[in-house]
Amino acid sequence: MLEVRDLAKRFGAIEAVKGVSFSVGMGEVLGFLGPNGAGKTTTMRMITGFLPPTAGSALVGGHDVAREPVAVKRLIGYLPENAPAYHSMSVTGFLQFVADVRGLRGKSRATAVDGAIQKCRLETVRHQTIGTLSKGYRQRTCFAQAILHNPQVLIMDEPTDGLDPNQKHTVRTMIKEMAHEKAIIVSTHILEEVDAICTKAIIISNGRIVANGTPAQLRARSATGRLDDLFRELTLGGPNTTRTEEG
Amino acid sequence: MEGIQNCLAVYRRELKSYFESPVAYVFLVSFLLLTGFLTFAVAHFYERQTADLEVFFTFHPWVYLLLVPAATMGLWAEERRTGTIELLLTMPVTLLQTIMGKFLAAWLFITIGIVLTFPIVLTTCYLGDPDLGVIFCGYVGSILMAGAYVSVGMFTSALTRSQVIAFVIALLVCLLLLLAGWPPVTSLFSQWAPSWLVEGIAAFSFTQQFESIKRGVIDLRDIAYYASVMVFMIAGSHTVLQNRTAA
Repeated sequence: MLEVRDLAKRFGAIEAVKGVSFSVGMGEVLGFLGPNGAGKTTTMRMITGFLPPTAGSALVGGHDVAREPVAVKRLIGYLPENAPAYHSMSVTGFLQFVADVRGLRGKSRATAVDGAIQKCRLETVRHQTIGTLSKGYRQRTCFAQAILHNPQVLIMDEPTDGLDPNQKHTVRTMIKEMAHEKAIIVSTHILEEVDAICTKAIIISNGRIVANGTPAQLRARSATGRLDDLFRELTLGGPNTTRTEEG
Repeated sequence: MEGIQNCLAVYRRELKSYFESPVAYVFLVSFLLLTGFLTFAVAHFYERQTADLEVFFTFHPWVYLLLVPAATMGLWAEERRTGTIELLLTMPVTLLQTIMGKFLAAWLFITIGIVLTFPIVLTTCYLGDPDLGVIFCGYVGSILMAGAYVSVGMFTSALTRSQVIAFVIALLVCLLLLLAGWPPVTSLFSQWAPSWLVEGIAAFSFTQQFESIKRGVIDLRDIAYYASVMVFMIAGSHTVLQNRTAA
């Protein structure tokens, strides 16, 4: 469903992403791990067509994002970091706008908006202005925007960042509920999330993939059998930083 | 067809966002007060004893100078600051459609302000027998000129995340365009630049083109002038937004 080949991004002298390749199929949830500044967000921004890659390509449903950006964007639902949304709009108004831009009209628009509100448990705040919502609700509003058109590919940049444990649980449940019918990428630096929702995981450090496998495979690579030990070892520059395993 | 629909979705949201906040009302009231004050108190509209709106239109370039950059400064700067640009540009809409949607919304908003000055037309008709063709021309010219201001304001808004910077730069650029034919400005250039360049700059003045329009003569060249400013600034915005390195 989604295939990334040697994707690279350079900002002036800084190489943010240095040739990243991976693929995600239907029904898979890929955990995208790495310390802050490793290149997770930049990689996601290239796949979603927000930033053009310096080299390499990203194919979504057979479309190259550089050549057919609109076709790719139609297939993707994207939850950017910090869940941005128009603060002066109401939840419903915002979702209606997104439905409009996504080309949904009439009855299908109303169904999509109501469905997203229901899935993200936003019924109680649907007429409230987004600026007045708590962080958890704002996150879910942006989540609703991402799943509104029932996309085949869902890309989420730190969807649980800054949420309280209950809210984290809600978001993870929502991701699990739709995992079987989508190809999903979730970036995070919370390792427990990988075990909770991911079918495979990639660890990225300094713009390179340093580990790639199922959560169990990754855990097996660590001497202690714990993911956070492997994470530390790989991202702080341990002995086997270039070896990768196919998942 | 779908492209137009998408463009309209962006346009509707933008126009609605003016009226969802106090911005629209503050702007419209200020615009009407300012044009009214300048026409009646400064230019002594009644004492002139002529049934035309020439003095009324004379002040438009100066009122726009102050107010249009204020209405356009948020178009992109605010999207960049809050991160909503990442949502907008990952929707299945081309960048040009998004830009056009925003541009048309801001232009229509200013046009609403211009149209709301209609009582002065009624007053003139009541008191005398004005040439309505000339007045109509004046309005068309004024709306065209406002479009040029809006395009400049949108361009400077695309340059930065700061609305203040966008406002100040737009004001400076518009001031330069306004004063381009004024001797103190041309003499700045005439000392070192070849005369064709000085004349070229002078011909670029907003006021020069507006002079004939407000007397009732719509010359194709004047329309072409304002249209080319808009096209140039829209293309500039496109280039700037396409080459941004982050949000």
